[in-house]
Amino acid sequence: MPDTTLAVFERSYAELRRARRARTVLGLLLFVVLFAGSAVIGNFNPATLVEGAPKLGEYVGRTLPKVRWDHLIEDLAYWFYGLPKWLDLMVETILMAYLATLLGSAGAFMIGFFGSRNLTPATWCYHLARRVSEFFRTVPDLVFALIFVFAFGLGPLPGILAIAVHSLGANGKLFAEANENIDMAPVEGLRALGANWVQTMRFAVVPQILPNYASYVLWRFEINVRTAAVMGFVGAGGIGMELVTAVRSLYYEDISAILILIVLTVSLIDIGCEKLRHALIGREALT
Amino acid sequence: MLLLEGVSRRFGNLAAVNGVSLSVEAGSFVGVIGRSGAGKSTLLRLINRLVEPSEGRVSFHGTDVTALQGRALRQWRARSAMIFQQFNLVPRLDVLTNVLIGRLSHHATLPSLFNRFTAAERTMAVESLDRLDLTAHAFQRADTLSGGQQQRVAIARALMQDPAILLADEPIASLDPRNAACVMDSLQSINRESGLTILCNLHTLDAARQYCDRIIGMAKGKIVFDGAPAALTPAATRQIYHVPDGEDLSESITSTIRRPVRQPEIAVATA
Ligand SMILES: Nc1ncnc2c1ncn2[C@@H]1O[C@H](COP(=O)(O)OP(=O)(O)OP(=O)(O)O)[C@@H](O)[C@H]1O
Ligand SMILES: [Mg+2]
Repeated sequence: MPDTTLAVFERSYAELRRARRARTVLGLLLFVVLFAGSAVIGNFNPATLVEGAPKLGEYVGRTLPKVRWDHLIEDLAYWFYGLPKWLDLMVETILMAYLATLLGSAGAFMIGFFGSRNLTPATWCYHLARRVSEFFRTVPDLVFALIFVFAFGLGPLPGILAIAVHSLGANGKLFAEANENIDMAPVEGLRALGANWVQTMRFAVVPQILPNYASYVLWRFEINVRTAAVMGFVGAGGIGMELVTAVRSLYYEDISAILILIVLTVSLIDIGCEKLRHALIGREALT
Repeated sequence: MLLLEGVSRRFGNLAAVNGVSLSVEAGSFVGVIGRSGAGKSTLLRLINRLVEPSEGRVSFHGTDVTALQGRALRQWRARSAMIFQQFNLVPRLDVLTNVLIGRLSHHATLPSLFNRFTAAERTMAVESLDRLDLTAHAFQRADTLSGGQQQRVAIARALMQDPAILLADEPIASLDPRNAACVMDSLQSINRESGLTILCNLHTLDAARQYCDRIIGMAKGKIVFDGAPAALTPAATRQIYHVPDGEDLSESITSTIRRPVRQPEIAVATA
């Protein structure tokens, strides 16, 4: 290799490194400025934190009842006196999440075909689908719940609708993006044999994306159980209503009992769904 | 009879197909050869309208194919079956379903979504699978088959369409010589026994010589040769493949698949 080539290479390499270093420094600066800015605007004051931290412990301490070893059963029964009712509400919460996940995912399934660049039948369909799912997932689900409670009255129905609408938006985006990563060869094959658009989606696209979709739906269900648990805060059904009543009425021991129930249920469902998802993905990886 | 009159297709400034006129007799086996980028694939796609023409007219038995819309267009696509270099099967579905899919254009949308086909169609599917020696694999997932078997599944699917013409876009370019010969033999026997018209893009001169009764040479979007295989002189071949006079034109150059023309030493001749 001639020396000049090497020199040119060295020079451009040094330039490249300089440029990269400059970018890193700039990035760090930006981070520090943004961090300081948001701390000031958000009244993020370490002193407040230090001052309030003990109160946090105090509150938690107050919600925990006295449980004695020699009276364990009685004390637990006293603590969880509302268990039958709370379990009912927990089941209602899970069913709300289940229905909402089904409804929302069904909608997302439809919207996903229109919202992917490679499959959409027309550009305006693409934009409409993308904007609709964007809107549905950016508005917080509690806001939708408030609106639906106003329209349909208290109870699980507005909660289900609110979570379904949010799921539609969130999964609509995920599904559309999964669709954009498919292999287009089968799509071309179907088009070439005279299949119409719906048939092409059914036979060339759906078999490719179904395992992906199943995984997304399970994941959404996990999230939705958590959301359904707080829907009751605005009167939209589930265990949340009971929790917010306990908080407002200062029934300290009820708060801890209900929270423990929620955490247990949500963890169980998370673990179950994760196992299922891994099984799905694992099987995919093998075939 | 398939008729192309002054058909062109431009992509930006590039004329991929440039004023092509051509008529294809029913029952013939026509090979289209040319260098990569000559416009062979575009020409075939203009016929079944996977690509829209910029100008010109394609007609079949007097029907103006370029004017078809909606359902009529889909029916024409069913009648002009296409097979592809990458087979374009649905990998996750079994072979039988992949073949039955060839009937989709005859089904109403809603019922077809439930994957239901008539007994007559299933019989037809088994017959075409049998014809291509694939009955043993009917319930296997398509992506577990070898390339040659997948291409034969694609041919079986094409037969289900009850086609008037078969468009084959480099059907053997991804196959090893033995599988390639097997696929070309299948096409030949279908052409001879059922009189199905076949228009086949080929990269390799030897395959074109061996199987086609007419060869069309394309260069830069235009037809530069059209005649019997015997009429394909070295001079004509030079023109199709842009090899300057005086330079050696070995058969292996024209067998090269997606490789620079100047490197015949790494070329693999296919059967
Ligand atoms: N959709 C497209 N957009 C832009 N350019 C295209 C498109 N399809 C084809 N072309 C161009 O048109 C020309 C002809 O392409 P075509 O695929 O028909 O060639 P080919 O003869 O089939 O080549 P190969 O042997 O590589 O398959 C090429 O230069 C290609 O880049
Ligand atoms: Mg091509």
